[in-house]
Amino acid sequence: MQECRLTARDLACRRGDRLLFRGLALDLASGAALQVRGANGTGKSSLIRILAGLLTPFAGSVERSGAMALLDERPALDPALPLAKALAFWQRLDGPVENHAAQLGLLPLAEVPVRYLSTGQKKRAALARMAGQGAPIWLLDEPLNGLDTRGVALVEELVAQHCAQGGIALVASHQPITLPGGAAIDLVDFAA
Amino acid sequence: MSVFLSLLRRDLGLLLGGERRGATLLPILFFLAVAMLYPFAVGPDAPVLARTGGGVLWIAALLAAILPLDRLVEPDLELGLFDQLALRGISEELAMTARMVAHWLSFAPALLLAALPASALVGIDAATLKTVELGLLAGTPGLAALGVLVAALTAGLRGGAALGGLLVIPLAVPLLVFGAGSLATGGEAGLALTAACSLVLVAITPFAAGAAIRSGRG
Repeated sequence: MQECRLTARDLACRRGDRLLFRGLALDLASGAALQVRGANGTGKSSLIRILAGLLTPFAGSVERSGAMALLDERPALDPALPLAKALAFWQRLDGPVENHAAQLGLLPLAEVPVRYLSTGQKKRAALARMAGQGAPIWLLDEPLNGLDTRGVALVEELVAQHCAQGGIALVASHQPITLPGGAAIDLVDFAA
Repeated sequence: MSVFLSLLRRDLGLLLGGERRGATLLPILFFLAVAMLYPFAVGPDAPVLARTGGGVLWIAALLAAILPLDRLVEPDLELGLFDQLALRGISEELAMTARMVAHWLSFAPALLLAALPASALVGIDAATLKTVELGLLAGTPGLAALGVLVAALTAGLRGGAALGGLLVIPLAVPLLVFGAGSLATGGEAGLALTAACSLVLVAITPFAAGAAIRSGRG
């Protein structure tokens, strides 16, 4: 996997007239994983969206080298299509990369329309979409929501694999998750 | 280019076969329903019908184009589709261009076909029908562009569908004036001006709709 790096300097985020966090800095190199902790409403999702370039930070700057993949609460899979077809759309855009459907236990669900999937199944489908993008930087926003213990183990396994191959994983979650290296920051420390 | 074709293929598949096919079928049925009701409302007076029928078809086409607005952009915004495209470096402009082309392909050919039975229902002659068909051919790209533009502007707003309808009507007035106006003069000038309006709308829509999607992120 290509060299990648994700650096943020002195980030601050404002939502409405509330300053969620400030002075946040991070520097992740190839193979690094980081958990972002924090109670609800402390700005975990906003941080992810800022790092992804979807939200403009109130202050500070973000530098990225390498493509990014995002997993959030929206699966971005067409509800009416069978799972295999919904994933095939992204596969066509992303080109042929490793297929994670088997690892995530999605093969028996290939013909099931996405809207009939359970919360956990949808989350696993979204994980397959994200992993199938082949991007070196992974941004995961609450990846464990709705997953059973087997699913949680799968996420940890996927992230460990990804980092072992030289990728970066940034996981925002209020739940405990085992990441390679075990690094974590808490947004409470940066609360304004 | 292959990215554009992938997007177009997905959008067309959803509009024609997916759960949004109502966005395709409903406007056509609505168009035919208006053409069917009109003679009941004004009475079976052949000269009156023949003189006004073409204009009624234009109004029906315009109103029919408003129906699918809430299904054009909003569902994909909720899915997070545009965020995922942005992460892959695919611009909102490209996505909106694909959406516009797919929307036109999904309703305009069917509308042009439906205008044939509709012309019989409102009792217009062959020459008028030809002008209506040419006018719709020139005007529907503009209606499709306007639909995508307003759908992108109102996506995510509460009551966006109703607001969208209100926004489309004034913006579509030039298309209606020139398109239906070409019926009165029977000339090509009206058709050319309709096509010109369409071109302007088609040209600005990808940028305006793309900017609307971007500014809606928060």
